[in-house]
Amino acid sequence: MTDPLALDPVLPRAERSRLPFNTAASHGERFDAFEAHVVAGGKVEATDWMPDEYRTAVLRFVEMHANSELMGVLPEREWIMRAPTLRRKLALTAKVQDEVGHAQLLYRVAEDLGKPREAMFDDLLAGKTKFHNVFHYPTKTWADIGVIAWLVDAAAIVAQQALRESSYAPYARTMQKICWEESVHIMHGRDVVVTLAVGTPAQREMLQEALDRWWAPLMQMHGPRSDRSKDRDLHWRIKAKTSEELRQEFLTIYVPRVWEVGLTLPDPLLGLDPATGEWRYSEPDWDELRSVVTNHGPRSEARLEFRRVARAETAWVREAILAAPRAAA
Amino acid sequence: MTDEAVRDRGVGTTEAGVLEPFEVFRQEKDGGPMVHGGSVLAPDPLLALHYAREMFSRRGESVRLWVVRRADVHELDDPDVLAPPLDRSYRKPGGYVMRDKLAAARERAGTSKPKARGKSR
Repeated sequence: MTDPLALDPVLPRAERSRLPFNTAASHGERFDAFEAHVVAGGKVEATDWMPDEYRTAVLRFVEMHANSELMGVLPEREWIMRAPTLRRKLALTAKVQDEVGHAQLLYRVAEDLGKPREAMFDDLLAGKTKFHNVFHYPTKTWADIGVIAWLVDAAAIVAQQALRESSYAPYARTMQKICWEESVHIMHGRDVVVTLAVGTPAQREMLQEALDRWWAPLMQMHGPRSDRSKDRDLHWRIKAKTSEELRQEFLTIYVPRVWEVGLTLPDPLLGLDPATGEWRYSEPDWDELRSVVTNHGPRSEARLEFRRVARAETAWVREAILAAPRAAA
Repeated sequence: MTDEAVRDRGVGTTEAGVLEPFEVFRQEKDGGPMVHGGSVLAPDPLLALHYAREMFSRRGESVRLWVVRRADVHELDDPDVLAPPLDRSYRKPGGYVMRDKLAAARERAGTSKPKARGKSR
């Protein structure tokens, strides 16, 4: 019998279209070829040609993510000095350091798309760009630290795991590393929560009170339902899942685990619909979400002011770095 | 690694006020490959290594780090050159399919298939 491969000597052409890189082609042709490439699951590297619309969309997405990592440490850092044990203090400090590290990685991805880091800080502090709703709220007790590290990080990791499939490859790769580190934060947070859950009545009460306060922001975190066909970030595979898909995934994994340790959730409608297999819940307060992410949250201004002061106080470090070319060895 | 050791590896100079991207490669365990980890922005290789250590080995997950100025990376990614649409199957083990021919050879010789001992080619 003849070797089947020998009958067909021409293997399929490399999948990646070269047309976007063909400067002789019209913008429309390059745009169409680029779009076909990403829609079909193709990847884009920082040095590849990309239409401005795609570059801007990825930049906006990554910048918001970077801002959230940077601002997200502020609620938690308030508890470093008040952590109940040395081990908790070490773990919380390490988590804060990780999140700042994530901000650094993500600002790096965003910088490569053309916006300087200083400009991103300017816009964040001027309120022109946003950060996640959950970081605009106060941390009132130690139980908040457990709920944030467990459930806020869990809600975030659900989104971040989906982003490992992003068409923008440098972002997708960064997400691999970030998810790996976040999984430790979730364990740290769950350990804090479970420890309180088996503690004194006062500790259990403190834990339940924290969860009751955080539930509404958690349900708002992924955003309102959106029309899949109108979402360009989805179409271009910058992100892989809709807000509702992420929320359902979060509920599926974490609601049973919350119930498992004897906690309750402050939503009488919350439950799995056996007919659809989907979670039902009371409609989140989208007005609150819009108000909070436009910096009208309870701690928005205080957190931004903290960042402004920190930026001014550390300006000398950045100047020293920029001013000091090393003498030749 | 001490700062002196880093410096001995050759630290270049840059113009004041210029930060540039350095690509970071990391080795996860001794003898493993150097794998691209990401990039950092720094004025020189020494600071780039310090940043890389903070970013890519906080948990001791690297045994070696390299930083390379992005400008010093030369890239070839043209599929027409790297993977031309020609049959290259003769370069790969899967390009040799001889099951039926072997069966015919055994039949002609009146032999049977030897017992598998380890991996056969």
